[in-house]
Amino acid sequence: MSSDDDQKTPVNRRNVLMAGLAAAGGSSAYATGALGQSAKDVNGAMAMQMDGHGGMMTVGAVDNAANGFDPVAMLTDWDLGQVETMADGRILRSFDLIAEDKEIEIAPGVFYPAWTYNGRVPGPALRAKEGDRIRVKFVNNGSHPHSVHFHGIHAARMDGVHGTPGLIGPGEEFIYEFDAKPFGCHLYHCHALPLRRHMAKGMYGAFVIDPDPAKHPEHADVARSRLYGSPENAGWQEMVMVMNAFDTNLDGENEFYAANTVAFAYAKNPIKVLKSKPVRIYLINTVEFDPINSFHLHANFFDYYNQGTTLTPTLKTVDIITQCQAERGILEFSFADHEPGLYMFHAHQAEFTELGWMANFDVVEG
Amino acid sequence: MNSTQTSLRLLWLLMPLSLLAAAMAWIFIANPLQSLGNDAPPVENLTFERTVLDDHGVRLKLRAGGSESMQIAQVQIDAAYWQFTQEPVGEISRGDTVWLDIPFKWMLGEAHVVTVVTASGTTFEHEIEVAVPSPQLNAEQLYTQALIGLFVGVLPIVFGLMFYPVLQGAGRESMNFLLALTVGLLVFLLIDTVEEAFEFAGEAASIFQGSVMVVLVGMASFFTLMAVGNRNGKPSGLSLATFIALGIGLHNFGEGLAIGAAFAAGSAGLGTYLILGFTLHNITEGIGIAAPILKKRPPLLAFAGLALLAGGPAVIGMWLGSLAFSAHWAAFAMAIGAGAILQVVVQVSAYLMRSNDMGAEVFYSRPVIFGLTVGVAFMYATAALVKI
Repeated sequence: MSSDDDQKTPVNRRNVLMAGLAAAGGSSAYATGALGQSAKDVNGAMAMQMDGHGGMMTVGAVDNAANGFDPVAMLTDWDLGQVETMADGRILRSFDLIAEDKEIEIAPGVFYPAWTYNGRVPGPALRAKEGDRIRVKFVNNGSHPHSVHFHGIHAARMDGVHGTPGLIGPGEEFIYEFDAKPFGCHLYHCHALPLRRHMAKGMYGAFVIDPDPAKHPEHADVARSRLYGSPENAGWQEMVMVMNAFDTNLDGENEFYAANTVAFAYAKNPIKVLKSKPVRIYLINTVEFDPINSFHLHANFFDYYNQGTTLTPTLKTVDIITQCQAERGILEFSFADHEPGLYMFHAHQAEFTELGWMANFDVVEG
Repeated sequence: MNSTQTSLRLLWLLMPLSLLAAAMAWIFIANPLQSLGNDAPPVENLTFERTVLDDHGVRLKLRAGGSESMQIAQVQIDAAYWQFTQEPVGEISRGDTVWLDIPFKWMLGEAHVVTVVTASGTTFEHEIEVAVPSPQLNAEQLYTQALIGLFVGVLPIVFGLMFYPVLQGAGRESMNFLLALTVGLLVFLLIDTVEEAFEFAGEAASIFQGSVMVVLVGMASFFTLMAVGNRNGKPSGLSLATFIALGIGLHNFGEGLAIGAAFAAGSAGLGTYLILGFTLHNITEGIGIAAPILKKRPPLLAFAGLALLAGGPAVIGMWLGSLAFSAHWAAFAMAIGAGAILQVVVQVSAYLMRSNDMGAEVFYSRPVIFGLTVGVAFMYATAALVKI
């Protein structure tokens, strides 16, 4: 196989979209390397993983380096923006979002011609504090018109839909500016038409606004625990999961499901969780083609804050929640009283589970 | 021819060939098609040629037929990803085959869908309609299938040939009726064989160009057998009977393949009813073989030989069909059979005309029309017993 690969750069349907971009050559080379690797891994990975999952699993490993993002790192790599204090004393957070076409490996050996924010799917997880001024400089380096449509409270001009200045063509740029409100677990996504295709191709990301404790004296402690960077917040194990899926054969049905893009990523690399610290998950559903998605936690129950806009749970003590497209919320739970071990979580649509949206927490002492 | 002329001729031969080589080299090196500029992705194509289900799981033989080599990335069974191994590993060149080994615990009697996902995310589906263990190559299996093959192929021929003594005293009109009956049943078999040949051709990888292959192989088979048949004068008597037996044998080979394949795929329960249906269906074939030898009785051994030639291939077909065959080989075999049957249709018709010292008008005579009708109708009616 190696001699073949050295001679030929596989030009496939996916590379096509890269045509004309300087990146095309590099991307193809990555594809070749990753394929070679996955073929090598097949036999080794088989024996190892057969035990744990009865053989129901993808074969091989995704080349995170080639993708430019790692699903495990993505759980916690919040983008806090560039912070400065404005004349009126308020905080100004500046973010940079760049739309670009990029072929990404969404499952071992499977390459998808994604449209991305900052070269990753999901896009960067933006995080701000309630009341901050948000300034997002958006550059469209993609091949199609794109926008950034924030779920939040803002002016029509800043909505990023057709007929507003925020929907820009290739090569253009725009600056969105608004106040961070309401606090909660939100998202942003491209609102160019056809919306379904722009969503399905990967243009979405988390947008979390932490509550300002000063504005919520009745639940100040809860608000402080949610406020990134506070001592109370440091007592939590927070992670962000964007539930997504990919229709690789373009038939209007998804072939791969995941949290944070790579099918079975956290099944193969379980997420380390300390018994001593409670867990908070910012969970967002961006799956297209299927109306709802779900999250089910094994051997445990959680409190749920639908859309994260309240400081008291909207659902208490549940082990499964469902989310419609673009619905999201915050899950809080603890493994303090559990034995260490692997605790599974997944969509409880068994189809989604078995097509990649299945994962494990590796609960350890400490 | 002197040496100058020879070298001149050589030059004339070499010139177009070297120009062709140069043109091909230029296409490869300069890649002028690139300027078409649409960068259309290569077409990917996968054909599922064989499915084996056993204690170990599911094994599939796939043939790549895309415009470039392709890579299998993942495999689903019933919309769930399953681990698999591929042999040989790596990209599959156009026209090459690989085996996929999926340790999936399949469910007896149920349906499964295998979906192969390539590196580009393109999917190819293969339905296992009814999961049953694939036949293994062992004595018991071979014996059982040989027995079925005998019932389906050889026995009916023997039964048909056993009418020989009764038919021997046949007068001209009865003789014409019997020959016309033979033509009628052969025409039915021809249509049946051609249909099945095209059916298999449709399942074969497109690289084999199934339909064209069927037509060409069928024609080649027809003309070859015509040439062989007419080598020592127009065939009649035992030689004509032998050709009929050969044509019927090739058809029965195809029938055996189909039964074997259906058996392996679990799509036919192969009930007693079905086997008896085939026996009844094929009984006229024996009468057809007997018709040309009514005038002069050949030795008994010849009867045995004719029965084996016409019926025996059903056994071989059963074995191959259930154990190992690919659609393109089946289409190939059926095409040969179709050509052979067409050849005997022509030969028997010619014999019919010859023996009556008449031309094509013999086909308008009452016994012949009657014989043709009965032949086709009997085959059509009894085929209803075996079509599922």
